[in-house]
Amino acid sequence: MATFGNLSSRLTDALKSLRGKGKLTEADVDGTLREIRRAMLDADVSLTVVKSFQSAVRERALSDDVNKALNPAQQVVQIVNDELVTILGGQQRRIEFAKKPPTVIMLAGLQGSGKTTLAGKLAKWLAKEKHTPLLVACDLQRPNAVTQLEVIAGNAGVAIFAPEPGNGKGNPVKVAKDSLKYATDKLYDVVIIDTAGRLGVDAELMKEASDIRKATSPDEVFFVIDAMIGQDAVATAEAFQQGVDFTGVVLTKLDGDARGGAALSVVSATERPIMFASTGESLDDFEPFYPDRMASRILDLGDILTLIEQAQQTFDADEQAKVAQKIATETFTLEDFLEQMQQLKNMGSLKKMMGMLPGSGQMKAQLDNFDESEITRTEAIIRSMTPAERRNSRLLNGSRRLRIAQGSGVTVTDVNSLVNRFDQAAKMMKTVAKGKVPQIPGMGPIPGGIGGSRPKATKKKTSRSGNPAKRAAENAAISQGGQGGSGAGFGLGAATGAVDGGAGGVGDLSAEELADMQKLLGGR
Amino acid sequence: MADKKGWGLGSKLRGMFARSFVINEDTWDDLEATLLAADFGPDVTDELIDAVKASVAKIPPTDDDDFVRLLREVLEERLSRFDTTLKLQDRPAVVLVVGVNGVGKTTTIGKLAKFITTAGRSVVLGAADTFRAAAVDQLATWAERAGVQIVRPQQEGQDPSSVAFQTVEFAIAQSIDVAIVDTAGRLQTKSGLMDELSKIRRVIEKQSPIAEVLLVLDATTGQNGLVQAEAFLEHAGVTGLVLTKLDGSAKGGFVLAVQERTGIPVKLVGSGESIADLSGFSPVAFAAALVE
Repeated sequence: MATFGNLSSRLTDALKSLRGKGKLTEADVDGTLREIRRAMLDADVSLTVVKSFQSAVRERALSDDVNKALNPAQQVVQIVNDELVTILGGQQRRIEFAKKPPTVIMLAGLQGSGKTTLAGKLAKWLAKEKHTPLLVACDLQRPNAVTQLEVIAGNAGVAIFAPEPGNGKGNPVKVAKDSLKYATDKLYDVVIIDTAGRLGVDAELMKEASDIRKATSPDEVFFVIDAMIGQDAVATAEAFQQGVDFTGVVLTKLDGDARGGAALSVVSATERPIMFASTGESLDDFEPFYPDRMASRILDLGDILTLIEQAQQTFDADEQAKVAQKIATETFTLEDFLEQMQQLKNMGSLKKMMGMLPGSGQMKAQLDNFDESEITRTEAIIRSMTPAERRNSRLLNGSRRLRIAQGSGVTVTDVNSLVNRFDQAAKMMKTVAKGKVPQIPGMGPIPGGIGGSRPKATKKKTSRSGNPAKRAAENAAISQGGQGGSGAGFGLGAATGAVDGGAGGVGDLSAEELADMQKLLGGR
Repeated sequence: MADKKGWGLGSKLRGMFARSFVINEDTWDDLEATLLAADFGPDVTDELIDAVKASVAKIPPTDDDDFVRLLREVLEERLSRFDTTLKLQDRPAVVLVVGVNGVGKTTTIGKLAKFITTAGRSVVLGAADTFRAAAVDQLATWAERAGVQIVRPQQEGQDPSSVAFQTVEFAIAQSIDVAIVDTAGRLQTKSGLMDELSKIRRVIEKQSPIAEVLLVLDATTGQNGLVQAEAFLEHAGVTGLVLTKLDGSAKGGFVLAVQERTGIPVKLVGSGESIADLSGFSPVAFAAALVE
């Protein structure tokens, strides 16, 4: 993961010069594209694909159709990401099952790409989806591949058809053909044919694969490819396309740290969709392919890109200015607070958002402990107030508070603590807005024993009301600095970590890098 | 094996000069493209181009053959900075074979066993891949083909370290020259599994020093090969590389970066599924294969 710092800092450097300009110039874009080209080559994307990708991005970045909500640096990152997702996900679809069973799925690929393991995973997944899969052992080449498939079938709890012992004996075409009859007789509705690994340049074995295809006329032919593969991906994919004309691609070994640029090459070269991803050694480590995740993985930017996008969709710069103004003039009310919170909710599940940030793997447990419904409850309390009360919290006397508590289904204590905390927050934000204590450190002076995690979490958001994208970066800082083991840790403890410059964090980002990132994301 | 013409660097390079021999910007662009396509990676590609440019400036090549020869020399020079001999002097010489999933460890061991027995030494294989389904049987098949003995785990899912220990014990007791220990494929990102490798190492070293730790790399791998080598060097103390699947269209150019960055030399290359398809690494032959 150490690579994260490399590319993001390089991109940050490249994009720094773009800050502060309203529109992108050709020179700006070309400079950025050079970095991106290198990053893509490092990620094993094939050169031809890199080139066509570059020109597509260049064209879009220089057209007038650029998004006004983002600064130029963000624009380029976003365009790059959009293009990646478009290519990776353009042909997305599900498995096509035959109208009349059995549906035949054939697997093909290089040696060691993970076909046999994948056959087991696919079978188990199909069984879970209420199908009755049959594994067919057509890898009669590799020593004991048949035995391996038998063991896997046993582990997955699915049936297997393996009439030949393998190890060079038997005719795979005949086995494949016989399996169809067997499946029809025994009422299996999906047949998964595992074939031997073969090289793209091996004409003889490629012919055998093509014969299996002809003999069984499969509904789907999956090309199984290792995420670690390099520049050879295109040549190999094209050879298999000619040989067996596959209908979909399965990417394996995604649990490694290869960037998987080959995925992009294969999709571009063959125009076949990536259907599934295989992500581990257990038979359950199998999932549909997510183009957006893959895009971020290739360029290794965490999902900061996604945050940019979400920020840009949800937040309106004018709104932000208004809020800042209000804070500065002490007219920040519970109403504004509510509005802020709604915007935040629009940004999608908090947990999901934080989970997307790089290096937040370790945070997972903490995230799971954080109760998002607290935000909803705070919202309910505010919504139970009259507009007048929202505008002026001093109105809230005992009887009003009781009414609000009943209206929102909480106790008076909850209402009290929200109001207290809001008052404190408003006061603190005023300080912040005047530039006395910057951002999160402003949390410092608040007494530690502030109580439940709920208002703390929401209040923190408000305190960092500045630029939304900056907030995203701050979230990153928090996840980097993640301390504390509970929902409450999400509040103060984590913030302290961030103040330390992420010192307690995973070490992916140094304090400087973080600052750069914030500048990049927030800079206008 | 299939006809491989048209995949090589040389034919691409010669194609560059199809009409007339002039070195210009396009030449360097094409050279860059061909080097990148051979998985050298952007950094090494830049260095190689600079080196070729320097040579061209010194002695301008007169025709395309000359140009290709220049490139080959640059490659040879960089590839041959390391000692590629396999060191099996200890008795028993213990060889530990490691690598990520599906790179061809078991196949390589089968070939290596044959390779060593052909040289008149006795070999025992240790089936310490107790994780993957039927891996032990696969190794047993290779042992049979190579005509060597094998130490199997005594029970299902036995600790790989104990199988490794028993293999070395067996080699000592029977005065067998070379003990080759197979391990389960593991991705370098799985720290638990990488620690297991360190343990296997420690356990073997209780009886006998380890002569070689061979990391098997798949030639189709891209730039991730470097990360793999670094991780395995750290956890398993790799002493040599084996590059497999060179019979395909992949060139395995990334090993140059691996050699230089980690200092671990390529010692063996595998180029086919038959038992004889393993040879010592020769920088000259490798460079020639890259450019032809």
